[in-house]
Amino acid sequence: MRWFWIDRITHLEKGKTAGAVKNVTLAEEHLHDHFPGYPVNPQSLMIEGMAQTGGILAGSTVDFRENIILAKITKAVFHRLVRPGDQLRFESELVMTSPEGHRAETTITCDGELIAESSMMFVNLNVGNDVERDRDGVFVFTEGFMQLLHECPGFDLADYPVGDDHV
Amino acid sequence: MPDKEEIFSKVQESLVEALSVDDDEVTAEASLTRDLGAESIDFLDIVFRLEKAFGIKIPRGDLFPENLLNNPEYVEDGKLTDAGLGELKERLPYADLAEFEKNPVVGNLGDVFTVGMICGYIESRLDGE
Repeated sequence: MRWFWIDRITHLEKGKTAGAVKNVTLAEEHLHDHFPGYPVNPQSLMIEGMAQTGGILAGSTVDFRENIILAKITKAVFHRLVRPGDQLRFESELVMTSPEGHRAETTITCDGELIAESSMMFVNLNVGNDVERDRDGVFVFTEGFMQLLHECPGFDLADYPVGDDHV
Repeated sequence: MPDKEEIFSKVQESLVEALSVDDDEVTAEASLTRDLGAESIDFLDIVFRLEKAFGIKIPRGDLFPENLLNNPEYVEDGKLTDAGLGELKERLPYADLAEFEKNPVVGNLGDVFTVGMICGYIESRLDGE
């Protein structure tokens, strides 16, 4: 459970919206190289955080039983540098959705100030393949992600039952 | 129903957003793949944006046909057969296939998917509603 660029999922409304937070701390080793004497949170890692928030939201449409991956970053705009001590709030919305894929629009704010905005496409690798909807074959929503979800207030895996129809 | 100019304008806007290209690159003759650099994932993005722009639902494979090239009846020696061309015409009645028919090499199929073809598809869909 290493490659997590969100610390907590704050809310998840199946197939509609998701929120997450990330606290940027000086204990993160890469900040000492990026840049020496002036630590700045890398934008690439904030893109990953937006992809993880949007990806979890996209995964909720198939009850986390199919492999949904980031396929395209149509837009990513950053408005200011992020420094240690900042708390980032991710808000993601699925603006278009189909069995084959989804488009999520995500913002990052810090103390109400817009930090970044993105538009991303996710595709469902299981569409077109005759694969049983089962968590065993899923390599995207692994145990680590499910643990994050379990810590999300109000999340109940029973809301994502086997055999449930797609949203 | 919007006129041809309005349809083109909305299609152009959708493609500019989906493919990060300039307005003037999106001409009626421009091929999505060759001229505008579209890749496979972009086709789904384009479909999403067209659905939103025109308030229609575009069924999977309707605008960009699937399962054509993996059918041995339709492809032989890297070219579309007469049956394949017939199927293509049936599925894409609004596409201009004249140029492609002269040398129906599979590799050139992407050239058929032009901005004008999308406009033709939208017109036919809006006509039928």
